[in-house]
Amino acid sequence: MIKKLIVHEMLRQKVFIMKPNTLLFASILCALVASDASAIERGELLADTCVSCHAGVNDKASIPNLSYYPASMIVSQMKAFRDGSRQATVMNRHAKGYSDEDIAQLAKYIGIQGQ
Amino acid sequence: MNRRQFIYAAASSALLPLVGCSSKPDGHKSIVIVGGGFGGSAVAKYLKKYNPALQVTLIEPQKTHITCPGSNWFLAGLTTMESLTFTYEGLKKRGVVVVHQSVEDIDDIGQRVRLSDGQSLDYDKLIVSPGIDFRWGDIDGITQANSDKIPHAWQAGAQTLLLKKQIETMKQGGTFVMIAPPNPYRCPPGPYERVGMVAHYFKQHNPKAKIVILDPKDKFSKQALFMEAWQDLYGDMIEWVGVADGGKVSKIDVASMTVFSEMGEIKADVINAIPAQKAGDLAFKAGLTNASGFCPIVAGTFESTLKKNIHVMGDASIAGTMPKSAHSAVSHAKMTAAAIVNSLEGKGVLSPAHVNTCYSLVSDKYGISIAGVYNVQGEKIDEIKGAGGVSPHDADAAFREMEATYARGWHSSITQDVWGA
Repeated sequence: MIKKLIVHEMLRQKVFIMKPNTLLFASILCALVASDASAIERGELLADTCVSCHAGVNDKASIPNLSYYPASMIVSQMKAFRDGSRQATVMNRHAKGYSDEDIAQLAKYIGIQGQ
Repeated sequence: MNRRQFIYAAASSALLPLVGCSSKPDGHKSIVIVGGGFGGSAVAKYLKKYNPALQVTLIEPQKTHITCPGSNWFLAGLTTMESLTFTYEGLKKRGVVVVHQSVEDIDDIGQRVRLSDGQSLDYDKLIVSPGIDFRWGDIDGITQANSDKIPHAWQAGAQTLLLKKQIETMKQGGTFVMIAPPNPYRCPPGPYERVGMVAHYFKQHNPKAKIVILDPKDKFSKQALFMEAWQDLYGDMIEWVGVADGGKVSKIDVASMTVFSEMGEIKADVINAIPAQKAGDLAFKAGLTNASGFCPIVAGTFESTLKKNIHVMGDASIAGTMPKSAHSAVSHAKMTAAAIVNSLEGKGVLSPAHVNTCYSLVSDKYGISIAGVYNVQGEKIDEIKGAGGVSPHDADAAFREMEATYARGWHSSITQDVWGA
């Protein structure tokens, strides 16, 4: 992690002895630490709402954990639930609330990417 | 703090979970959350997920949370209290500071919360998720003092155990009377799930028992599905009396266990009196409620319309047409966390997306559900037309059994989502 590398470097250079640039260095460190957040995208938010039901921890979970599925499958199955070509108990009702754009966005945050 | 101390603190902060840097500015904002139920716990987790640099403190007097969802299954003997009980260790591992105190005072001008042990916590944003409290005295005889004789079991834990004991020790052929609450209340299908679960128990252990629901409402969630299932599974054991047939209760005489309603008097052996509800008491103390007794919020962010920098979510909030449920509270939590993180970063408010699924068990192998997908329409949270709805009416036994399985799967999953390590 970047933070650990920077601190390691600081210790190596013995920056705890006051040097003019150490305050700047520390401020940069603080800024880097602070910048872990970036804007939350709608896709992440949509994917996170799926997790309420799909957070099962292992393969015995009755409701599957979607992180084991290819993202392209998330897309195809959501569309199949939506148009009824795949019948389910509750997913048909849920999928009707998602547009093609919503499905494309959420699939960037759930399922195995690049598959 | 001198320059050397500052540098040391800044350097060591990289290795600790980000507590060394000063609490303002730069994303090390302090978010304080009051209430460790589904809503409060979920917002703590998701704030840390979306911005690990935030200082997140959760204030909750209880050291564990016992879920109301699933507590009806416990009444039927289908689950254990252990399966319903969750600790805050998972949240602590994510860097949430958990404080087991209650809140004495919220100073919304000074942005400070005072706790029962005297300590004060400053906040940049406060999130209040206090659940519900009861309108005692709305019905003569339904009081806090009487709740150990005529339990509500509408907050899980001691009340659940009390009601279970009463069910188990009810005389053979006795009468279980439920007084259902008026709208709005926590968990719309809950009373009707409970009745099926009690019937499931009685069918095995007290087959001549009778269950009467006295209801001030003229309809209820998933009504057609419930009534068809009750008939199929339990024959005539369950009788629902809606307001049109005299179901409105005026008084309960606890000493004689008599319930007085517009249809007449019923002598009961067990009375499950679920009172009318309002936002948790803390919301009133903090000036967050309106005349409805619940908290008005801005649809996109859950910020109170009455107090700046205070967000209210879960059952206490007025969240458009979303039902008051654990699943809704978790949905609110995710939106609120994203809205706060984006706003602290100076980014725009996202167009929210909410979901809810309420599963109900009617017997161990018979489950039904109601689902909803919501967004913000105008200034209100509302259902997306064409999406959501209830389980089909003409489903076969295999379908009902699948939904019963998923009901348990839902509980495992959402509790993992919120409290899991």
